[in-house]
Formats: sequence, C-alpha cells, structure tokens
Amino acid sequence: MSVASQDNAMRTGRAARVFIYVFLLVFALFYLLPFFIMVVNSVKPLGEITGGNMIALPKTWTIEPWLSAWSTAQIGVEPTGLRPYFWNSIKMVVPAVIIGTIIGALNGYILTKWRFRGDTLIFGLMLFSCFIPFQIVLIPMARILGILDIAGTTPGLVLVHVVYGIGFSTLYFRNYYAAFPTELVRAAQIDGAGFFQIFYRILLPSSGPIAVVCVIWLFTNIWNDFLFGASFASGGAAPMTVALNNLVNSSTGVREYNVHFAGAIMAALPTLLVYIVAGRYFVRGLMAGSVKG
Amino acid sequence: MGFLDIDNTTKAYGAVEVLHKVDITIEEGEFLVLVGPSGCGKSTLLNMIAGLEEITSGEIRIKGKVMNGVHPSNRNIAMVFQSYALYPNMTVAKNITFGLEMHGTPKAERDKAMHDVAELLQITPLLDRKPGALSGGQRQRVAMGRALVRNPDVFLFDEPLSNLDAKLRVDMRTEIKKLHQKLGTTIVYVTHDQIEALTLSTRIAVMNGGYVQQLGTPQEIYDTPANIFVATFMGSPAMNIVPAKVADENGRLVSHVAMHDGSVTSLPLSQANLMDWVGKDILLGIRPETITDEDGADRKSSNIAQMTNRIVVTEPAGSDTFVTMTMGGKDVIARMRSDADVRPGAEFTFAVNMEKAVAFDPETKERIAP
Repeated sequence: MSVASQDNAMRTGRAARVFIYVFLLVFALFYLLPFFIMVVNSVKPLGEITGGNMIALPKTWTIEPWLSAWSTAQIGVEPTGLRPYFWNSIKMVVPAVIIGTIIGALNGYILTKWRFRGDTLIFGLMLFSCFIPFQIVLIPMARILGILDIAGTTPGLVLVHVVYGIGFSTLYFRNYYAAFPTELVRAAQIDGAGFFQIFYRILLPSSGPIAVVCVIWLFTNIWNDFLFGASFASGGAAPMTVALNNLVNSSTGVREYNVHFAGAIMAALPTLLVYIVAGRYFVRGLMAGSVKG
Repeated sequence: MGFLDIDNTTKAYGAVEVLHKVDITIEEGEFLVLVGPSGCGKSTLLNMIAGLEEITSGEIRIKGKVMNGVHPSNRNIAMVFQSYALYPNMTVAKNITFGLEMHGTPKAERDKAMHDVAELLQITPLLDRKPGALSGGQRQRVAMGRALVRNPDVFLFDEPLSNLDAKLRVDMRTEIKKLHQKLGTTIVYVTHDQIEALTLSTRIAVMNGGYVQQLGTPQEIYDTPANIFVATFMGSPAMNIVPAKVADENGRLVSHVAMHDGSVTSLPLSQANLMDWVGKDILLGIRPETITDEDGADRKSSNIAQMTNRIVVTEPAGSDTFVTMTMGGKDVIARMRSDADVRPGAEFTFAVNMEKAVAFDPETKERIAP
C-alpha cells in the first residue's frame, strides 16, 4: 500500500522538495521582515536608529521606548502616552463587536427561519451597506450623533461601528443559517420552544464557527478604523489609531522613531492576538459558510 | 366525527391550489398512510395537521377541537421528521426531554418519562451521547423517543425511513408496526413507498396532484383500485393494464385480448355489471401474480382462463420468476413460481385468474368493475 501511494502522489524528488521549502521560507521571511524591523527598532535607543542602520539588531537593548509610548509620550498636546486611548479603543470595540454580532445573528435567524414577504429585498438592501464607502456617510452620521447628543464620545463611535457592522454580520449569519436544517426549527416549534428559545437553545450553540468569523472581522475592522475615530471622537475620546497618528505627528521636539515603532506595535497587537487565538476557527468558519451556503 | 378530522381542507399558495378539498376522518388508534409520488401534497397535508403550514380553507379537528390557527405545540401532536431533526448540540437525553422542558414539566417527571421511553426503544445506553455519534437506526429511534415521550394524541411521521439503507428500513418498518400494535396510538404517516404503505397502514390515502385518489384499507386499495393511477402506483411490479374489448359469446361475458401475433383470446369476465359495456373497449387491470402457469393457478378461484402467448423475457428473482409477454400491444408481466418451466421465445400456456381482474373506463381511467 505504502509503496503504491508513494508511487503516485509522493514522487516529488528531493531537489524539488528542497526548492519548495526554501521558496516558502524565503517568502515567509519576506512577509515577516516589516514586523521584524518594527520590533528591532522599538527596543533600540534613538541614537542607533538615527545613526543609520535600521535592519541591524540593537547594540544596547532597552524597553524605554515601550514605556514611553505607553504612558509618557506626547499625544497631541498631552503627555499621556497611548494608555488612555488604548482603553478608549477597548471600550469602543468590545461593545460594538458584541452588539454587532448579536444583531447579525438575529437578522440571519429571521431572514432564514422566519421568512416573510420581501425578506430577500431587505437582505439585499442590508448587503448594500457592505459596499457603501465610509466617506459618504460621514456627514449624515455626524448629524445623527449630534441629534442623539453622543457626538465625540465612545458610545457614539460604538453606534457608528454597530451600524456599519450589521451588513457584514447579517451576511455571514444569514448564509450560515441558510444551511442550517429548517426541520430542526420546526421540531423545536412542535416541542413548544418560542422565537428566542429556538434561537438560544438550538441555533446559537451551533453557530460557533461563524460567530468567530464575525467577531474577528468586526474586531479587526473596528479596531483598525481611523476615519470614523478621527471624525467622531477627537480629543480625549479618540481611539488608538487616532492617538497613534497624533503620536507620530507630534511636531514638538525630536522625532522619537523608536517610540513610534513601539506605539505602532501596541496598536497592531490586539488584532494580531485575535487572529492567533481564533485564526483556525476563522478558516473553518469561512469554509463552512462558503461551501454549504 | 372521528378522532382526527380533515374536513374539506384546501391549501393554496397565492393563486395556486396544491391541495383540493381533502376529506379524511381517522378513528382513534388508526394508522393512516398518506402515499403518493413527489409533489402530490402529502407532506403539505401532514404539515397542516402539525400546524407548520396554514390551512387555506376547511377545518382540521383533533378530538373535536378545531385546530386552525392553533400553535403546533398546543395541538398535542408529535412529529418524526425525515432527517430526524435531532438537536445536534444536545445529548440524546436532552433531545428527548426538550419538549417536556418547554412545556414546563418538572425535572423528576421528565426524567421518569425519558427513562421509560428509552427502555421501550432500547436506547438507554445512548442517553449521554450526542446525535452526531449515533448511527442512522439509532437516530431514528431517538427521534421516535422524542415523539413518544410527550404522549401525544396523534403521531405524525414524515417519510421517517427514507434515509435508512434497505435492510434497516425493513427492520424499522417492523418496529414501527410493533410499536403501533403495542401502544395503540393514532398515527398519520407519509411515504412515497407503496410497500411501506401497504405493510404499515390500517388505512391508506393514495394521493396524486393534490387530490386524494382513493381512501381505503390496504386490501381495498390493492384489490379494487379506484382508477388507473392507484392501480399502477400500488403494487410491485405494477398492475398490468391491457386494452380489451367486451363481448357476449352465447350469453357468456368475455373480453377479447390480442396476443403477441395479433390473434385474439377470449378471457371470460366474472363481473356482471360489464354487461352494459358489450361491444366497447375497456382497460383490463391484471395483477402480475394472477398470471401463472396452469399448476400454479389459484384453486379457489371460480374463473381461471387459459391463454397461450409467447414469452419475451424471463427474469428469475429467487422466490419468483418474472415473465414478460405482449398482450394488446403492451408489455405484460407475470409473476410465476421460480421453478416454472419458462424460456424466452417459447409459446406457453398461462392461467389467468380473471376473478381478480379489474376493468377501467379507457376515457375517464376510473374503475368500472368490480
């Protein structure tokens, strides 16, 4: 058996295999290079960077740039570091992701299992929100935030991101639930479960993969968003991305590149973590949705 | 008024009527099978009894109470689905008790009911497993357990055996029949398999095109099909339909049927009410098992006719041998004993039990005799 299988599938020569591995390795390193440079330069004293060689390893290792970026660096006019803005982002992204995912799941449930006249039209309209460029909604959104009196606050940003996230989260959950057997819902109806009971007890426990996809998608987008953050939450309520920009663009004093690198890594770290923790579910969930849906 | 009344019930989607004035009354303890080809409306009718589809007009009553507009969970029915519809995230035990939990039954009572049902269906060792870890037959049992535990007035089965392999299907069929005999529950069962319908039911409703073609006991359906559709749908191989002409030969009522070479054989008819049809064409329905060799003919029959015809094909099937010949220009299948001396191409003398023959009107396709 093993001889036979080696005969057809595994008959790649040694040289070819070495080539494949070297090729993959080179590209992996190439993709890691920017991150390497950021990490290396964030643990160097400023003098070594301005001295010329950005790719070299640090001669003296220091965590000073990290501490500075976190708590003392000049952000705009305040020497607060990125810390308060990091928490701003957390306070924005966690509720926005949770609310966006729950609404998406409910929408998907209704659009597939409680169908009504015109449901596909409504779904189509919701899909439009996935394709509307951010810039178009800036002014109407500013007006609405003004009316609701949450302009320039974190709750305002949460609302903006929830509204923007519903399109995608609905798309994900609708396609996932479309493949979910309707007979299960009918069985639960006969068993006497109500609208929300069916949702909580039958559908949600089976929604793990698509929930992960949705959470990662929303988290990455909301965390990385700059335009809405800069437009609707300047000043003390600004999210991490806006603060990072302010840090890098602060015009007073010397440009502390090592601090900028450290700050940039801090801003990128949460999304990176989410991918590492939930990445394999992400792929699995995408497959589940696309193949069956 | 019966236990379950389907009274002049119609179903329409927009302007398209898919069920036309269905009228069925079921007594307590009956096993009614709705059978028909795909798209005949049988599953729709079942879903209407369950409350999963709305009733466009007419009434459905269970124990005399009108069910129109009543939520499925308040009809005291239970349903076994084609895909079993077991909740994938719950254990077998949870699956079985979910309905009771939703109806607010106390935990101790739920557990007792669950264990009773598990014992009855012999699934006690499976109670802690998830449905994904069960075989098809086991899932089927759990699905039945979930229905049984609620002790409903009416059980609804929607093609419950169609996802099982052939052998398991036969076993489960027997199990369902045993269960029905033991518990005496009222069952409405949907299938497209005519064998299932004949073996399980106390009564059958044969459906086609949204109409109930015939409602009757398996014997009635098999022996006196109401029309050609029922005649050919029920029974395997299907009933042979042969064009014939009714004639009066010296006071004896016969049908003239053309053999393979165009010669005409007179097959005597037992059905006196065909007197009005003398000189007219009819379609003669002859079940394959009523055409045999002379030794295999039914001795109790009062009307065995002989005919000589050429054998076209023989198909030995172990217990029987199926013989194909040509009558009235149509292929006709006879079910012979396996040791009958039949060879393709040979002229053979068949014995036809004309007592069992059924006559149909070639225009309306309705049965005219017996």
